[in-house]
Amino acid sequence: MRPFTYERARDPQAAVKAAAETPGARFLAGGTNLLDLMKLEIERPQHLIDVGRLPLGQVEETPEGGLRIGSMASNTALAADARVRSRYPVLTQAIVAGGSPQLRNKATTGGNLLQRTRCAYFYDTSKPCNKREPGSGCGALEGLNRNAAILGASHACIATHPSDMAVALVALDARVETLAPDGDAREFPLMELHRLPGETPEVETHLIRGELITAVVLPPPPEGGQVYRKVRDRASYAAGLASVAVAGGRVALGMVAHKPWRAAEAEAALAGGASPEAAMDAELASASETGRNGFKITLTARLGAAAIAEAKGTR
Amino acid sequence: MKTTITVNGAARTLDLDPRTTLLDALREHLRLTGSKKGCDHGQCGACTVLVNGLRINACLSLAVMHDGDEVTTIEGLGSPEKLHPMQQAFLTEDAFQCGYCTPGQICSAVALLGEVEAGWPSQATQDLTGKVALTDEEIRERMSGNICRCSAYPQIVAAIKRAAGALA
Repeated sequence: MRPFTYERARDPQAAVKAAAETPGARFLAGGTNLLDLMKLEIERPQHLIDVGRLPLGQVEETPEGGLRIGSMASNTALAADARVRSRYPVLTQAIVAGGSPQLRNKATTGGNLLQRTRCAYFYDTSKPCNKREPGSGCGALEGLNRNAAILGASHACIATHPSDMAVALVALDARVETLAPDGDAREFPLMELHRLPGETPEVETHLIRGELITAVVLPPPPEGGQVYRKVRDRASYAAGLASVAVAGGRVALGMVAHKPWRAAEAEAALAGGASPEAAMDAELASASETGRNGFKITLTARLGAAAIAEAKGTR
Repeated sequence: MKTTITVNGAARTLDLDPRTTLLDALREHLRLTGSKKGCDHGQCGACTVLVNGLRINACLSLAVMHDGDEVTTIEGLGSPEKLHPMQQAFLTEDAFQCGYCTPGQICSAVALLGEVEAGWPSQATQDLTGKVALTDEEIRERMSGNICRCSAYPQIVAAIKRAAGALA
């Protein structure tokens, strides 16, 4: 691990100011992804600002009938929250499908959103990766690409976003609240947080330097069933090949793109009376395969159709 | 950096390089070598300890993040003279072979019983709003972050069920 300096943030304002002013600064919350990547010297921050104990861990009711989830709420606490379990079961299902209990006890809501890809070439520092080393090329294009993206990928990067939680949050139409170094608070749809890779896969979100996620806000739960389904090589504690979250008429897909993927085409088809199978076919009409990941298109189509049907209670 | 952590009930102040993980602080600085370094990447669970009552991977946390925290390691659960019921259950059920993963397994299992008691759901939980039953499926799912290379899994499940009965 490269040397770094460490500070514990006093309050959110001090944290964002320090992050903007200190060269090579990064926020540290649970650390389960960042510290792992620092040991491999993939992440090389010069300064860590520990935001893990900021008073941003509450889950509160909103006046609109939704929930405001502090960004430092742990994955465990959020999944176990009685209001989440009863009103947003898709979120609990998604969270407990990811990582292990030890990791979920440490991992935070904000950190989960900002975790990095599990692409083998991002992790292997002896191989090219445009995300880790811009301009070096993409090793996955001609290499181990069985679990690569099938939607929204570019010739520069075919990595996927690994989060389960974020897929459910996108299906629930969550919004993100942030604090910027100039003191400005802003909020926007979660589905606008992450970017597609394009020519700059090293830039993964629309956050500006020093901007801190302070909360995720859920609107009231939608009418209709909620379901989260995930397929992976082992029954537990393994990265996903594909996942789907359904919340009422909304559908999101996981591990198939550089970001949690809102299935807008499928939603439109369903709203027009299409069958679950036809809706997924509409969504995946733009899917493309790279090397050995073609099976993920079929897998995602079937998984999505099954989850949509299950949420409707028709199967 | 000066860091004070209460380890197994005693406050310990260390002057650490910020890079020191909680696991290395326990093993190399406090000589508490019960917690094991397996993968050092949060994948095997051999380093599992309890921090403020919650199980975490000590290898994926910096010691300086734990200033003021209470840490319990396998050494703090029981002693050779007075074993923790979970330690005794692992002996009774022969729930290990080489023993390297065992301290992490036991710390994880102790936390597991508390999580089930509190009603926290897992991937194996069918009714998210009801009570959690301590089925084999629940135990296996909840112990998935602890790998046993000797594959003592059936005995580990039996030990956890035995300890749950002894503790109830």
